[in-house]
Amino acid sequence: MNLRDLYYYFFNPKFFILTLPELLKGLLVTVEIAALSLAFGFLLGLVLAVVRVAIRHAGRRPILKVLNVPIVLYVDVLRAIPPLVTLVIVYYALPFISITIPRFWAAVLTFTVILSAFAEEIFRATIEAIDPGQIEAARSLGLSYLQSMASVVIPQAFKIALPPLTSRLIAVTKDVSLASVIGVADLLKKARAAQSLYANPTPLLSAALLFTLLFLPLVRLSMFLEKRLSD
Amino acid sequence: MNNALVEIDNLHKYFGRNEVLKGINLKMRRQEVVCLLGPSGAGKSTLLRCINRLEEPTSGRIFIDGEEITRHGVNLNLMRSEIGMVFQHFNLFPHLTALENCSLALIKVRRMSREKAEERAMTMLKQVGLEAKAKSKPRQLSGGQQQRVAIARALSMDPKLMLFDEPTSALDPELIGEVLEAMIKLAEAGMTMIVVTHEMGFARKAATRVCVLDNGLILEDNTPDKVFDSPEHPRTREFLSKIL
Amino acid sequence: MESLIYNFFNLEVILKVRYLLWLGLQVTLKLSFLSLFLAILLGLVLAVLRHLRLPLLNALIIVYVDLFRALPTIVLFMLVYFAWPYIGIALPRYWAAVVSLTINGGAYFEEIFRAGIESIDKGQTEAARTLGLNFLQTMLSVILPQALRVVLAPATSNSLELIKTTVLASVIALPELMKQAEQAHGSMASPTPLVMAAIIFLVMLWPLVWLAGYLERKLAQ
Repeated sequence: MNLRDLYYYFFNPKFFILTLPELLKGLLVTVEIAALSLAFGFLLGLVLAVVRVAIRHAGRRPILKVLNVPIVLYVDVLRAIPPLVTLVIVYYALPFISITIPRFWAAVLTFTVILSAFAEEIFRATIEAIDPGQIEAARSLGLSYLQSMASVVIPQAFKIALPPLTSRLIAVTKDVSLASVIGVADLLKKARAAQSLYANPTPLLSAALLFTLLFLPLVRLSMFLEKRLSD
Repeated sequence: MNNALVEIDNLHKYFGRNEVLKGINLKMRRQEVVCLLGPSGAGKSTLLRCINRLEEPTSGRIFIDGEEITRHGVNLNLMRSEIGMVFQHFNLFPHLTALENCSLALIKVRRMSREKAEERAMTMLKQVGLEAKAKSKPRQLSGGQQQRVAIARALSMDPKLMLFDEPTSALDPELIGEVLEAMIKLAEAGMTMIVVTHEMGFARKAATRVCVLDNGLILEDNTPDKVFDSPEHPRTREFLSKIL
Repeated sequence: MESLIYNFFNLEVILKVRYLLWLGLQVTLKLSFLSLFLAILLGLVLAVLRHLRLPLLNALIIVYVDLFRALPTIVLFMLVYFAWPYIGIALPRYWAAVVSLTINGGAYFEEIFRAGIESIDKGQTEAARTLGLNFLQTMLSVILPQALRVVLAPATSNSLELIKTTVLASVIALPELMKQAEQAHGSMASPTPLVMAAIIFLVMLWPLVWLAGYLERKLAQ
């Protein structure tokens, strides 16, 4: 390895400028998938957590407890299976039972459900950690169960959930580049295509740079939030 | 017309195999102030919490203002909004200011507008002497101040009845006075109150009736003077001699 | 419903491909253990070095850690396997995977061990030093044993993540479990191998998921 090779193959300005427009198009797709997955996954996870907590509190109707089982299965399975495997199954296996989803949405669906599984666990843990006296006070004022959760418990739980949630959001967002494996024209796919075309890995390095620029602030933010919590 | 605001009829409560309330009978009229006294584990808090069904009675009936609240299909939230409760550990909402703590239920349950709700909440805070702390968060307040905000919060809903569950037990001694004062003011203004407490001084001064509970049963139910000076039940005498 | 079983749980296909999946699983396990071991070692060394508080060294470590926690692991795999050969470092697939997983995992483990080390009261270090122990002895005999309790939960969770990340090696055509399943899917025209691979991962990792959750709850006490 010599420095000239390093310059020519990894940091070649000519190829950097040449491939940048396509790379940025790919970056946009990456960000789109990430944003959609984050929004839906977050909401779905919150809903599942509230449902699961509500089932636990509704001690009087044991029939409802059965509803817990599918949620627990959903959450445990999606957290145990590697995201790439889930993605491949959603895109390649589902068509065999007549569920065909275009690749972009297959990616969004996959990352949404994966994130929702992690988010459910985080929200559930924080909600259950809130002092039961809070719910008692809210109920004693006449607020319904749902009102008590929405106005009193969830706002408090959210603050505590933020650090672990953020770091998990970042992890799932990074996984979005797996979408390139099923052919989505995201940043990574564009980079690999350009590398093949020009027989020069500079586009790949450029993509790495773009990813780093995208995620570094988020990583720092997550660390900052974690520090804030431990006070 | 039935003058009883609260009527408890043969109330039993089991926690698992453990019978904590063994048949409570109690009638209470408007503007009465009832103090529940007794040794630890007697069932005082449990009894109190059955009244707004934070604990579910195992058997027996409870009537509030003529309506049976232990029957199926009663509107729990509506019932609770008319009964105020003050907790031993305050249970203020830490993410809301004192004012917001007091106005939350007015907005969500009574559907008041924010302005009207905050106006009313402010009035209540004035009543407990804390209007200056309206914008403070609970963690910025002393224990005594937090409990007074809790009282204001319950009062904001204009309840028919106020329940107090050992309201001063978690307070440092020098802060107890301000809370008891607020409670005495409330009693003098004619509020119907049931108070679980160890503060005998308060019971003597403000209570119209004292009920002594032991082991899930009411031993004495009489005026403070009669209970403290000439108790009927030997166990009461035992209990009183330990604390007085 | 029958379609579901025929396509996803096809007994015939399972019998035909079970040996290939077994081979893939072996590769996955080998890759997992080796990378995990190296990543933990790397993370530990870096965390201890960071505790020396030498400005230049610290800066380098911080850059490394930030960079490889921000860079998606799949991009790292691509760089190591497809780009490095251009500057003369051509690793075979297996080792490219090991290197990628170690570099990535090491960054995360460094943060975990660092948090653990920093959570130990300074007084411990002071006491050890006043007794005459040097830096390394203090680390090994006093700090790290105590930090172990703190790091157990996040380390288990991170190990779980690393094992899941081994499937990325399929993208550089390493014949681990996922790759074998993909190829079987292609040649059998049936998604059953994919589902089987998913189930194998599930069986392998579910206990770890549960363990990580259990440790987190125990720590919170």
